[in-house]
Amino acid sequence: MSDVILQTIGLTKHYGGVHALTDANFTLHRGEHVAIMGDNGAGKSTFVRQITGVEQPTAGQILFDGQEMAFSGPLDAREKGIEAVFQTLALADDLDVPSNLFLGRELYRLRLGPFSILDRRAMRAATLAALQKTGVKIPDLSNTIRNMSGGQRQCVAIARTAAFKSKMVIMDEPTAALGVQETAQVENIIRTLKAAGEPVILISHNMRQVFDLVDRIVVFRRGRIVANLAKAATTGEDVVAYITGAKTGAEYEGAA
Amino acid sequence: MAPEAKRQAAPHGVGGLSYDARKRAWPPEINILIALIVITVIFELLNRYNLGWLWNDDPFQRGGSFLFNVRENVDTIFNQQRLNIILLQVAVIGIIAIGVTQVIILGGIDLSSGSIVGATAMITMSFAQTAVVNGNPNPTAVLGDWAMDLPAVVPIVVGLACGLVAGLINGLLIAYTRIPPFIATLGVMVSARGVAKWWSNGQPVSFPTEGYAALAGGDILGGLSFGLLSWPGQNPVVVFAALALLFHLVMRHTIYGTRSYAIGSNEAAARMSGINVARHKTLVYTIAGMLAAVAAILVTSKNLTAQAGMGVMYELDAIAMAVIGGVSLAGGRGSIIGTVLGAMIFSVIISGFTSIRLDAFYQEMVKGAIIVGAVVLDQWRQSRSAR
Repeated sequence: MSDVILQTIGLTKHYGGVHALTDANFTLHRGEHVAIMGDNGAGKSTFVRQITGVEQPTAGQILFDGQEMAFSGPLDAREKGIEAVFQTLALADDLDVPSNLFLGRELYRLRLGPFSILDRRAMRAATLAALQKTGVKIPDLSNTIRNMSGGQRQCVAIARTAAFKSKMVIMDEPTAALGVQETAQVENIIRTLKAAGEPVILISHNMRQVFDLVDRIVVFRRGRIVANLAKAATTGEDVVAYITGAKTGAEYEGAA
Repeated sequence: MAPEAKRQAAPHGVGGLSYDARKRAWPPEINILIALIVITVIFELLNRYNLGWLWNDDPFQRGGSFLFNVRENVDTIFNQQRLNIILLQVAVIGIIAIGVTQVIILGGIDLSSGSIVGATAMITMSFAQTAVVNGNPNPTAVLGDWAMDLPAVVPIVVGLACGLVAGLINGLLIAYTRIPPFIATLGVMVSARGVAKWWSNGQPVSFPTEGYAALAGGDILGGLSFGLLSWPGQNPVVVFAALALLFHLVMRHTIYGTRSYAIGSNEAAARMSGINVARHKTLVYTIAGMLAAVAAILVTSKNLTAQAGMGVMYELDAIAMAVIGGVSLAGGRGSIIGTVLGAMIFSVIISGFTSIRLDAFYQEMVKGAIIVGAVVLDQWRQSRSAR
């Protein structure tokens, strides 16, 4: 078993004439937490969309768990073990917590095609286990998402990743819309995942948060990776310099 | 401090958000049931105390009753005749409303159901005709001799197939061309009405076989007498009740139901979760089309004739029933039980107006106001409960 969980080689995505992502070589090790930083439009979200199967890359390879992947869609990536928490919450407001956790892959008692009968008890039990694993407290599981605070919603979205046998979790600005206390709760969950040895890719604009939580920082600029920095060997000012283009990593010279 | 109060005041989860358990203990269907009871009581009082003079120079009989039997020569508690009319009215459009409810929960709208009833009625009826009427050939025969005197199962299958095709067209248009449901079903509404008129050059299609007439004219529960359901011609009500129960269970306990609610409340999230949204939408619209066809079969069997104008405005009545029943036009919220109650309210109001002899013009005016009022009330309730 190799130490590398995810590797992309020359990953490229063009939207018509727009080169949103060019030649991205990225590596994530088992148990490692990596932050992706960069300005708006730097290609962070595009990169995430390729490795979560939401979009198919124009060129390049994705190696996940030692195997080359060509995801047909987000569900395919999920089944292979890549879970994502998106910037825009992917939750159905009018459903309760277990239904949201199992959206798109419901457990059923009796298989009847689209009319398969749901196994609510099993979904509820698995939900409780997932919430425990991530340390999320939700007072009433049968409450709909609509009636929850922003933090609770984000927690449900993150717990969703833990409900399944995921091998890697991707979070796209999980605390962007949250208050101080709620942000702290989400950060605690990320630490819980670190302790559990779950590899995480965290996209964030929050420098304090990034330095608190991750092992390594990868900077994107204008669709390219421009720096790959171990947290211990860098500073906030340094990272800002890479984001704004004042500096470019030695190994990426001539890239951007 | 009582333990209960302490529990509610304690902050749960993040952000110190306290959670009020009482908010959820009150399903919206209860409100609708209360509204139904209140409206029924109002009509009962209007009948009892002879308040007709308020709007009518010709006051109706003193001591009348909306709900209860007042005739001494009949030995029933309830006003059987009125209840039968209410239930029959509920049944036919209610069956359509079951499909419309699912479509609205999905976040769509179906304007075509009334026209699907019209087209299906014409086509179905032409497979249900008898060859000979009073010794003469059937004057309204549409198809050749081969289509005469067929067993009732043939027109049923033909009818359901019509509904399936119409619903499928709706579904495919909406799911794969991505045009708004309003436009797609509006197109099918106009075209299906055209089909209904073209089928027999606008002529009515009449004289069904006995077997076909027995579908709605019969009483499946027969002598089984448990109060309300013991009258001849109760079949539409039985079919409606069975379909309502079936789809209530389907919406509550199957993947189909969960995904319909999911798509209605956040389509992007549903897609991200890997749900095949297009295929699911197609399925829901197809089921709605088939339910409209069931209504068409029952209404032609009941009336013993089909006309191109059948089902006009049914789609709006069905949407109104769903809306009164608390189904949110924004999608994601509502239930089959709510729609059934909404259908009852709708029918009680119409029947109630007739019982107090309010002219049909006023009835329609008030009906419109009630529909708008139901939506306003629903939005007010939601904005109050959401935050």
